[in-house]
Amino acid sequence: MCGIVGLFLKTERYRNDLGRLTAMMLHEMRERGPDSAGFAVYDDATPDRTRVTVLAEGRSPEWGPTAATLESVLEAEVEVSAVLDHAVFQTTGDGRLARQWIIDNVDDVAVLSHGTQIELYKSVGDPDLVSSRYDLSSRTGTHAIAHTRMATESAITTNGSHPFSTGANTCLVHNGSLSNHFQLRKQLRRHGESFQTDNDSEVAAGYLSWRLREGDSIDTALGSALVDLDGFFTFAIGVEDGFAILRDPISCKPAVVAETDDWVAMSSEYRAIARLPDVEHAEVFEPEPARIYSWSRAS
Amino acid sequence: MTATFDLASSSVRDLNQALHDADRGSFHIANPRGAHAVAAGITSEIAVQIDGSVGYYCAGMHQRGAVHIYGNAGTGLAENIMSGSVHITGNATMSAGATGHGGLLVIEGNAGARCGISMKGVDIVVGGHVGHMTAFMAQAGDLVVLGDAAEDLGDSIYEARLFVRGDVASLGADCVEKEMRPEHTERLTQLLEASGLDASPADFARYGSARELYNFHPDDIDAEVAAAKGATS
Repeated sequence: MCGIVGLFLKTERYRNDLGRLTAMMLHEMRERGPDSAGFAVYDDATPDRTRVTVLAEGRSPEWGPTAATLESVLEAEVEVSAVLDHAVFQTTGDGRLARQWIIDNVDDVAVLSHGTQIELYKSVGDPDLVSSRYDLSSRTGTHAIAHTRMATESAITTNGSHPFSTGANTCLVHNGSLSNHFQLRKQLRRHGESFQTDNDSEVAAGYLSWRLREGDSIDTALGSALVDLDGFFTFAIGVEDGFAILRDPISCKPAVVAETDDWVAMSSEYRAIARLPDVEHAEVFEPEPARIYSWSRAS
Repeated sequence: MTATFDLASSSVRDLNQALHDADRGSFHIANPRGAHAVAAGITSEIAVQIDGSVGYYCAGMHQRGAVHIYGNAGTGLAENIMSGSVHITGNATMSAGATGHGGLLVIEGNAGARCGISMKGVDIVVGGHVGHMTAFMAQAGDLVVLGDAAEDLGDSIYEARLFVRGDVASLGADCVEKEMRPEHTERLTQLLEASGLDASPADFARYGSARELYNFHPDDIDAEVAAAKGATS
């Protein structure tokens, strides 16, 4: 089943409320995905520093030595701060290199995201607990996407939880299932993408990262995705300056969008949107099948 | 006398129990906030007004009563409606009026995919557009669309009548355009009047079953056998 939510702020008005509003939306999607949850929050507080969010599931290792070694690898300063079993490394160095080095050299950890804007947290358990454990409510920023998972195809693990992110500041939540992800994963590896799970949604994230890295706009990348991804999907996608939604041509998986002058919200169900500020004046619509919807803070 | 239920403070279960227990009267429902199964399972001639948007299966399995929703609805609005009426001012998402046996469903806005799927006698009037696979396997009843219809309208249709004013992106298997005869114009006039939506019956085209899928064609099996033989020889 799964529940997805996304909130993109078009103005500064609710910047300090981003986490609180996203947590409220996620709460409404608990019944669609009680097994695990995750969220990605974008903010522009450190435009010159890449943040790499790392997960050491159920552990709180001493991150200092890793940061010290990473400094010499990147030849740049690295600071690290731990949030329970997650840690955020901040560096002025190359974020993509940092991600790959951690994947290759640090045992039993997963790199959840990297980029100048994004931090990403995920865990098994009740979505409200995941929200409170990683303090979603107090987070501020420009946009957020989140997911509640009802595991149907694979085990309840943190690695199988969404959002998925492989490229800088790009992440995705998915309701549905892809049928050609094995083949795509092989192709994307040849294009230099690296994956940490066997999950189909991670392949979709990798696909977008690849296209964006090749210079595609988000709209062009999603146009290609409609051709190359086979299966069922409703995606909510976060990128550096923007937010996008894509559904497959059959669109079995639900989606509703609401838009005001201040925000765009997307969810699997309207009840996640129903309590947002000024919602009574929002334009509410169902995104059409195979149509690309995107919003950018730059425009 | 109108009874008011505020779903900000009372549960959908309590609301629906009250609606099931009532045999007359009118009800006003505030703050539905996208809740599921609001006003589902009504069986008596009560009037229900819902102020705000509802979630899945609103007014599902509806009989005899009149439900008026001021807002939008999620999946399965008036699913399996038997009689009575359901009217919504906004949009409805997937499978509105699915499997309905009777009654009238009016959607002033757009309806999503598979509107009227497997309809078995319900009448549906949509003020805006309808999504793909609308009236899939429709068996009886009339569907009126003032806007456009997306791909595969009336796929595998049996005997329902479809009236569309706008463009049809494509017709599904065994669905064809048919002549508008006087009895069709008369029926369409009645439905438009009942819905309160303003349109001229002269602007509509009628679609229905070509009845080519009703029977098994021996020619088809011959072709299959020939193809199979060709593949193995």
